[in-house]
Amino acid sequence: MSLKGWKELPPGGVILEAGNSIKYKTGTWRSIRPVWNKDKCINCFMCWLHCPDGSILVRDNKVSGINYDYCKGCGVCAAICPKSAIEMKPESLFEEGEKK
Amino acid sequence: MKKKIPLTGNAAFAEAMRQINPDVVAAYPITPQTEIMMTFAEFVADGLVDTELVTAESEHSAMSACVGASAAGARVMTATSAQGLALMHEVVYIASGLRLPIVMGVVNRALSAPINIHCDHADTMAERDSGWIQIYSETAQEVYDHTILAIRLAEREDVRLPVMVCQDGFITSHGVEPVEILDDEVVKKFIGEFKPWNPLLDTDNPKTYGALDLFDYYFEHKRQQFEAMKHVPKAYEEVAEELSKITGRKYPKVEGFYMDDAEYVIVVMSSTAGTTKHVVKELRAQGKKVGLLKIRLYRPFPKEEISRLLEGKKAVAVLDRAYSVGAEAPLFCEIKSALYDVKAKPVLASYIYGLGGRDTPPSLIRSVYEDLMNGNISKEEKYLGVRE
Repeated sequence: MSLKGWKELPPGGVILEAGNSIKYKTGTWRSIRPVWNKDKCINCFMCWLHCPDGSILVRDNKVSGINYDYCKGCGVCAAICPKSAIEMKPESLFEEGEKK
Repeated sequence: MKKKIPLTGNAAFAEAMRQINPDVVAAYPITPQTEIMMTFAEFVADGLVDTELVTAESEHSAMSACVGASAAGARVMTATSAQGLALMHEVVYIASGLRLPIVMGVVNRALSAPINIHCDHADTMAERDSGWIQIYSETAQEVYDHTILAIRLAEREDVRLPVMVCQDGFITSHGVEPVEILDDEVVKKFIGEFKPWNPLLDTDNPKTYGALDLFDYYFEHKRQQFEAMKHVPKAYEEVAEELSKITGRKYPKVEGFYMDDAEYVIVVMSSTAGTTKHVVKELRAQGKKVGLLKIRLYRPFPKEEISRLLEGKKAVAVLDRAYSVGAEAPLFCEIKSALYDVKAKPVLASYIYGLGGRDTPPSLIRSVYEDLMNGNISKEEKYLGVRE
């Protein structure tokens, strides 16, 4: 997303589009990324319970992945996982395009 | 039909407010501003205005209520002094940063400590970088006229900035003077109907005010504010010209008094300009080539006019009713800066006067002109009327 210049912005920092916070991808703050290993996961939901950003995705009562748009990389999920199914890896290992 | 009535500076501000009939006024009483809100509260109680009067529990809350009401789309006014303005400080920046056209009467008063309720300009000088337009008034008449002018200026599409209308505490605010008042209808027509931009109460188009603005956009929004302030000189001239046609009074950004052939000039703001005019007339009667430059619009600073009017003068004394502890006084500093690009630079002298309401009689002003004429000018600032 390209940033706007001062001539294009509504004066006073007013946001004219309601409900646009969904566009603010806090996942861009992340420097380390949780990588989930499906084979090790026992679906205990400890990660889901502790994730401060609600970024552990669940489908049909099973963990289905991680929402990298909003995951800030805090590492709580990896620390709490009893089976070490989540590993924290530096963002630099991933391609720029892959980082949402 | 114009009518002339005896009013204090405070009553003149309140009278202008009555005629403006703002949608919302939020206030907390503070000396010497109290009389403004007391008078205006009576107007509200008597049904002379349909303003929503918000009596807040502090000035911080009063300015916050003003910000909220202005963002909602209301025409908003308030008034304050000294410690009250200092308590508002953070919200003062929010009002200008959100580009809300609030008009505030400031009755200038010294800042504590030590505690003092009398006039100096330390309070508004502390807000000079806040992004508010600042207009300083010499008389109650100017308070009245400036207030009406300020509403139009603040609400200009190309400006959208809040305005402080300043007057000297107790000197102007409590002294009774004859003030020429316009008809209610004339004022109503002059200020027109307020058309808010992006009002929060336009619920069909929901919007957000005051969102987080980090390193990605904060600088751009400040850049917009700088630009808006650059539009003010032209906007001010247009509005002042329009008001002049109705009142017959002129409101130049800087007012020259016997400046054309003056060799020795005093630069000063607010009520002391009146005292200085009196001394200029006396000295002119003796054939002395003295003049006065009164700064009316202090923010944005009318640098060009000042450098043009002061170029080629022999000696200029800048009188500050404020200070910057550890640096040159604010007005002096800016006058000096304005003269940097001028070829024929006058000799400059800095005087600090009238702090905490210390009286500045004609004799003191005369002593300044004598210093200028006798070449008694030092690099260090002088303190007018302080005991050694």
